Amino acid sequence: MSKAAILERIDEALRNERLRRAVRKATDTFRGGRTRATAEFDDWDALREKARQVRAHTIQHLDYYIEQLAARVRENGGHVHFAEDASHAVEIVRRIAAYHGVRTVAKSKSMISEEIHLNHALEQDGIEVIETDLGEYIIQLAGETPSHIIGPALHKSREDIAELFSKLEGEPLATDTPPLTQVARKRLRDIFLKADMGITGCNFAVAETGSITLVTNEGNGRMVTSLPRVQVTLMGMERIVPRLEDLDLLLALLTRSATGQRATSYITVTPGVRMEGEKDGPEAFHLVIVDNQRSSILGGEFEEALNCIRCGACLNICPVYRHIGGHAYGWVYSGPIGAVLTPLYKGIEEWGEVAQASSLCGACYDVCPVKIPLHDMLVGIRRTSVQAGRSKRSERLIFKGFGFVMSRPGVYRTMLKAGRLAQLPFVRKGRFKSAPPPLSEWVRTRSLPSLPKRSFREIWDKGLDAGEERGRGV
Amino acid sequence: MRVSLFVTCLIDAMYPQVGVSTVKLLRRLGVEVDFPKDQVCCGQPAMNSGYHDAAREAAAALIKAFAGSEYVVGPSGSCVSMIRHYYPVLFKGHPLEKEAKAFAAKTFELSQFIVEVLGKDDLNAHFPGRATYHTSCHMTRGLGVVDPPLRLLRNVRGLELVDLPHREDCCGFGGTFAVKMADLSTAMADEKIDHASEVGAEYLVGSDMACLMHLGGRAERRGESIKVIHLAELLEQGTRPERLEESGGPARGAAAPGDSAASTRAKGAGRL
Repeated sequence: MSKAAILERIDEALRNERLRRAVRKATDTFRGGRTRATAEFDDWDALREKARQVRAHTIQHLDYYIEQLAARVRENGGHVHFAEDASHAVEIVRRIAAYHGVRTVAKSKSMISEEIHLNHALEQDGIEVIETDLGEYIIQLAGETPSHIIGPALHKSREDIAELFSKLEGEPLATDTPPLTQVARKRLRDIFLKADMGITGCNFAVAETGSITLVTNEGNGRMVTSLPRVQVTLMGMERIVPRLEDLDLLLALLTRSATGQRATSYITVTPGVRMEGEKDGPEAFHLVIVDNQRSSILGGEFEEALNCIRCGACLNICPVYRHIGGHAYGWVYSGPIGAVLTPLYKGIEEWGEVAQASSLCGACYDVCPVKIPLHDMLVGIRRTSVQAGRSKRSERLIFKGFGFVMSRPGVYRTMLKAGRLAQLPFVRKGRFKSAPPPLSEWVRTRSLPSLPKRSFREIWDKGLDAGEERGRGV
Repeated sequence: MRVSLFVTCLIDAMYPQVGVSTVKLLRRLGVEVDFPKDQVCCGQPAMNSGYHDAAREAAAALIKAFAGSEYVVGPSGSCVSMIRHYYPVLFKGHPLEKEAKAFAAKTFELSQFIVEVLGKDDLNAHFPGRATYHTSCHMTRGLGVVDPPLRLLRNVRGLELVDLPHREDCCGFGGTFAVKMADLSTAMADEKIDHASEVGAEYLVGSDMACLMHLGGRAERRGESIKVIHLAELLEQGTRPERLEESGGPARGAAAPGDSAASTRAKGAGRL
């Protein structure tokens, strides 16, 4: 995405007061919940460090754990597919659907299905695909993409949702939450019963047991994994924990970091397929393990980005996300983790500009339950982008000059004096009235004082009490 | 005790009065201050924009400028965080690695130095008004200095210190971010200024002139009456001998001999 494109998206978000209000409200709620939940622990940071170690260990031995996971899933009676990229993953799911003669799909939330644009492909095959997570259901109706990892419709106000549902029902509905959720509940109930295939994402796959874990608050994950006769689970190849007992730690961190809940209403751990002696559950289970650029991140500078457990805490705390929401980031992942993952998955050359959408305040690192140094990674992506020659020529010149001047005190002194002269055409009454780019962008929204008559070093030279320090020369 | 002032390029070029306040304050606390003249910039703008070679060039010169100093003190949480936190990374495997680490270890942010090294948190200052404090991100998160400025401010007589809502949120300055994504940066400043106004603060105090330049510049453009002031200016003005007389309290060893602050006119706090 070009610089102009991202600036346009940001502008659009900043002009949308309804969106900004909705994002502020939702993220404040999440933030508050997280703060309360983490305060219950004497040493939350020790838990974060432990979780970081579990994640780092898993990622460093990913080949081993993927093999173990695949073997266990097959022992349990499931099928395992490996997808190299998005189109490969889509192709695999289409073939599974065709093989089983699927006509209706009930989906629970899956970010990776957004990543590979699965719904559209299945619909082209004449299959009805319905999102059953309430947030996903809303944005599917609106024809949009998720704006938040755990709250896909977080940018929508109650009024927005009432409009959508009124259109669906063909009658005007009140904006109260209960009747609105009733609409979704009634319609989705039919879908659960009618669907012949369930598609889920995967919060964690447990390597030692071959089970997949779903964390939901609406129970839709349980419906999707128990009613349809076929189940497909899509997972990014990094979404693994070695042992069942690791879930204890990671789930504790995930739900508290995400919404502030000690546990979500439903936590489902399932082998996917109906086991011997069980009365319900799918007859067939397919686990699709998707690479889609993840292996290119392994072993490199940005490997820790794969430690992410998708809690969304970095989005909720991010002061940039707070003002623009998720869509401005241009792809499925938003906020600080999105600004890191998008360039890594889609290519730094084309998408590096997304990493500029950060003030590098470091709040994301503070709340990350697995301690991913997101602010440092954003700088790393900027550096990689510069090294690849993607920055503007004028910017490269500025920083070349910066290095030259800032390492030569004599030149710097001369530049200060020259600056006092050079500013004259732009200054009135001690303030810049206009300025050449890039300073013009500052002056457009903020006042900027002119350079004072004397710099600190000149005042020091004359003696601090020589009376020079009084004014700023303005 | 002797310290070398790291004034930072922004204060040197744009806000020299903050540097002057820093020196006077330190002297009043009984500290000898020198100013190594070959210092320029820590290199952070280049570092954060991805130009690490240019950053290293500036950083190497700064390390050299302070080679002979025992303590280095700077009135900026962000620049000091760059030195303490990122120099060891920037010079990893570089011939200057040892020097970079030594420089990082001896460099302190002003309030950190006063509270943690000098062991003082009550400067016997007097400064009337209602103020709120902006916790700058690099100072609190990068450097880990959270309490020192607040402890110093809480002990200022006459100062009513009120909490800033959402104080953990960045003001939106963010270095080149401020011009690369100016409207977003400004939206963030607007929310910060709104919060400061909500609590009725006359002064918005900070430890980083970059944040204050951004917030003060936006406040002025909006026609707000709130004044931004650097912690060093507030404490310096609050410990001037005439202020001590006003407050009626004896100067508990705060004023050092030879301080001629009385000869300077008390001016209005940082109208930026």
